[in-house]
Amino acid sequence: MLPQIAFFSLSALALASAIMVITRRNAVHSVIWLIVTLFSVAGIFLMLQAEFLFAVQIILYVGGIMVLFLFVIMLVNLDVLAKQQQFNRQWALALVTAVILLAELGYGIYQGRSGFTLPPAAASPPTQGNTQTIAMALYQNYMLPVEIASLLLLVAMIGAVIMAKRKLE
Amino acid sequence: MIPTHYYLLLGTALFTVGVVGVLTRRNVIVILMSIELMLNAVNINLVAFSHWFKEIDGQAFAIFVITDAAAEAAIGLGLIIALFRNKETVNADEIDLLKW
Repeated sequence: MLPQIAFFSLSALALASAIMVITRRNAVHSVIWLIVTLFSVAGIFLMLQAEFLFAVQIILYVGGIMVLFLFVIMLVNLDVLAKQQQFNRQWALALVTAVILLAELGYGIYQGRSGFTLPPAAASPPTQGNTQTIAMALYQNYMLPVEIASLLLLVAMIGAVIMAKRKLE
Repeated sequence: MIPTHYYLLLGTALFTVGVVGVLTRRNVIVILMSIELMLNAVNINLVAFSHWFKEIDGQAFAIFVITDAAAEAAIGLGLIIALFRNKETVNADEIDLLKW
């Protein structure tokens, strides 16, 4: 019973704050609500026994990316935009399309739910913690992707510096 | 024990909220935040399947998705700063230089 309560309250919190993110007029409020969503998703990760991702979600997303968003919002003057119309002209059509998308995906998942009642793959009893298992996977099976990801981060860092630079010589 | 499809439905709902945000908002920063919402929905799906299959690969992929999200946020926000410096706006409807 307790897992159900936890799951449904976390889901409700995630969805409600996600809706708040896309409806707030002030971008700083959007960031705050997005942080609430990210914490709820971190809780969902914890329910799925992904402790390392739970920590990464909080440290990297909430502590890193969201602070970056807040910095940029403070650098950019949003006062003019906050007084204007917040949604563009196609919002009704976009809403209808999104509801159709939600209905299609939800119907597909709901119809395929019987596949999840099959017994899952036989698991060997865990001999290592979650973090250790992920480290083993990342640095053995996914060695090359990790290197590519680090290269991607380097390129993103250089790109961000060049973008934000005042003048290129 | 929560059935796996509950997690998938939650991911679908979060993804749809992100889609609505990208399609309807005019503030570029909020559009970037909606993209973060969609990436989080993808992560929920990956971790849910990782839990169900009792394999770690889904979580490894989720870490790559988070890396991507960080790179995308850095580049996107750098672009927004450059844009604001040149056009004094972050309104997606006024950024129409490439519009035919």
